[in-house]
Amino acid sequence: MTAAPANDIEFRSVTKRYGSVTAVSDINLAVPKGAFVALLGPSGCGKTTCLRMIGGFEQPSEGTVLIDGREMNGVPPYRRPVNMVFQHYALFPHFDVEQNVAYGLKQARPKLAAAEISARAREALEMVRLGGFEKRRIHEMSGGQQQRVALARAIVNKPSVLLLDEPLAALDKKLRTAMQIELQTLQRELGITFVLVTHDQEEALSMSDMVCVMNAGRIVQMARPREIYDRPADLFVADFVGKTNRIAATVEADGSTLRLSNGMALAANAKAGLKPGAATVALRPEAIDLVRQSGGGGSELAGTVTHRIFLGSTAEYQINVDGLGDFLVTADRRSVQESDLVEPGERVVLTFDPGKVHVFPA
Amino acid sequence: MPLTPDRKRQLVTAALVAPAGLWLFVFLVLPFMAMVVFSFGERAPEGGYQAAFTFAQFANLPSRAAAFWNTMMIAPVGAFLCLIVAYPVAYYLAIKSNPKYRLVLVSLVVVPFWTSLLVRTYAWMYILGSRGIPNLLGMIGIEDVRLLNTPGAVLLGIVYGYLPLMIMPIYVSLEKLDRRLLEASADLGAKPVSTFFGITLPLSLPGVMTGVALVTILLLGEYLIPQLLGGGKVFFIGNALVDLFLQSRNWPFGSAIAVTLVVVVVIVLSVAMRVAWKVSGSRQVDLV
Repeated sequence: MTAAPANDIEFRSVTKRYGSVTAVSDINLAVPKGAFVALLGPSGCGKTTCLRMIGGFEQPSEGTVLIDGREMNGVPPYRRPVNMVFQHYALFPHFDVEQNVAYGLKQARPKLAAAEISARAREALEMVRLGGFEKRRIHEMSGGQQQRVALARAIVNKPSVLLLDEPLAALDKKLRTAMQIELQTLQRELGITFVLVTHDQEEALSMSDMVCVMNAGRIVQMARPREIYDRPADLFVADFVGKTNRIAATVEADGSTLRLSNGMALAANAKAGLKPGAATVALRPEAIDLVRQSGGGGSELAGTVTHRIFLGSTAEYQINVDGLGDFLVTADRRSVQESDLVEPGERVVLTFDPGKVHVFPA
Repeated sequence: MPLTPDRKRQLVTAALVAPAGLWLFVFLVLPFMAMVVFSFGERAPEGGYQAAFTFAQFANLPSRAAAFWNTMMIAPVGAFLCLIVAYPVAYYLAIKSNPKYRLVLVSLVVVPFWTSLLVRTYAWMYILGSRGIPNLLGMIGIEDVRLLNTPGAVLLGIVYGYLPLMIMPIYVSLEKLDRRLLEASADLGAKPVSTFFGITLPLSLPGVMTGVALVTILLLGEYLIPQLLGGGKVFFIGNALVDLFLQSRNWPFGSAIAVTLVVVVVIVLSVAMRVAWKVSGSRQVDLV
């Protein structure tokens, strides 16, 4: 007897080439059952190709994709236990809402009874809160509603994995936030694996419990959202996920002192494995505190505010730091002394905890 | 008085529509009205038209029932056969062919139009005639096969001559078809055959209807193919009209037949379009 596979999806050394272009290069990936995984990366990084290989629309050039422990090479999309929410929904324009949702059920062999098809389609529509819209035509629905129809259509067959290809890209910001919460709720209710493809790091961080950052056809880092943000594996991740200030620096021969290009020395506390030589220091905008007067101690940088972007509860400042160039700093309004906002042109002091910097080989 | 933007737009629209509108009015509407008037008149003793008001011409229509019957039977059947042959070709061109060579392949469909239909139909006369296929069959012992001057020969000529007109509109509607819909269908568990009948075919129906309407309408007025490949046996309305206007110079009767034909075409077309709209769920009609 073999135990049920722990992974819903597994990539084993998967490479996909289109002619001379390698879209996906030797990827190994395991998605545990019931996980909500986001494939995150810039356009052209291979994330959509990966999703399409799970869906069966593309075949790997090398390697194997396994779904539920079964090898899927050569298995057409209609024989795979996965369903997909397409990027622009791909709803059938000649069907009404209920017919769209029922389409998958009608393909079942042996055939399901008409009453069951209708009942299950309506149940799926209820789940995405579209009860009462059964007889609407697709072009009569708004973008957000079409998105829900696409969701209902994809979950009605009770797939073991739901694939989502940039599902929220076409929605406005408010609707997107609402749908993020709904998708999370839906995933918990259904208890099935979700694989989400997105180029929006906020979307990936907020919804998934595992983020897989991709770049140039490879997986750069796979970890929980918080770890991706707090401990980026390399400069690419640090840059792509969230905002980052990059500072050119040198690791001194002792391997523990870091000298920024303006001459300031930082104690690289217990950052093991630092090789002497050129390095890049990454510092998150919110890891920096903004004060008007120097406190006299710690790591301080002086600069002049050049721009301010007011964001409501916080403000983003672009600050020209003496000897280091432009910095981005996010400040809580209350954290700045005396007055809640600093004006462009003001001299300020930037302080930060040296333990919060990330050092990468240059 | 200065022109309001709305008024200006109306004038521009009118200016753009005017040339075509004038052309259609002078060369289509006026002649048709003349024909309607003629159809209630009488044949002058020396031939041509003589003013009168009589329904005699319409009452005489049954004498050309055979031509109507042939046309009404063979035109739709011919259009349907065209469709059967054209759809797979259009499907291959739009969906299966390599996009790199697609333009070349589509151009090949139009190449036959570079020579006159008359010449090409003459070629079929030879191929189907006694020195053509029947002769070859005779050499292997199958004697006395008649191909030319049969309804089958007319249908063959029709499919041959009108195929490009059927392929193009179907090709266009299949080419516009969003491939993601086909992927979505497969994703939802539909086998290729189900995807074809559930998604591809319904969504290409506007093109199919356009092709069928186009070919049927042109076939209703067809003259050449029945004349050359049907001999005297398969007589179309077009042949009857030529006969009446040019041989017996019975213009009023010819007009009555022509008017009846136009009425039939309008009825058939509007019913067909209505069906197409209903099935495809859109009011858009593809015309190449």
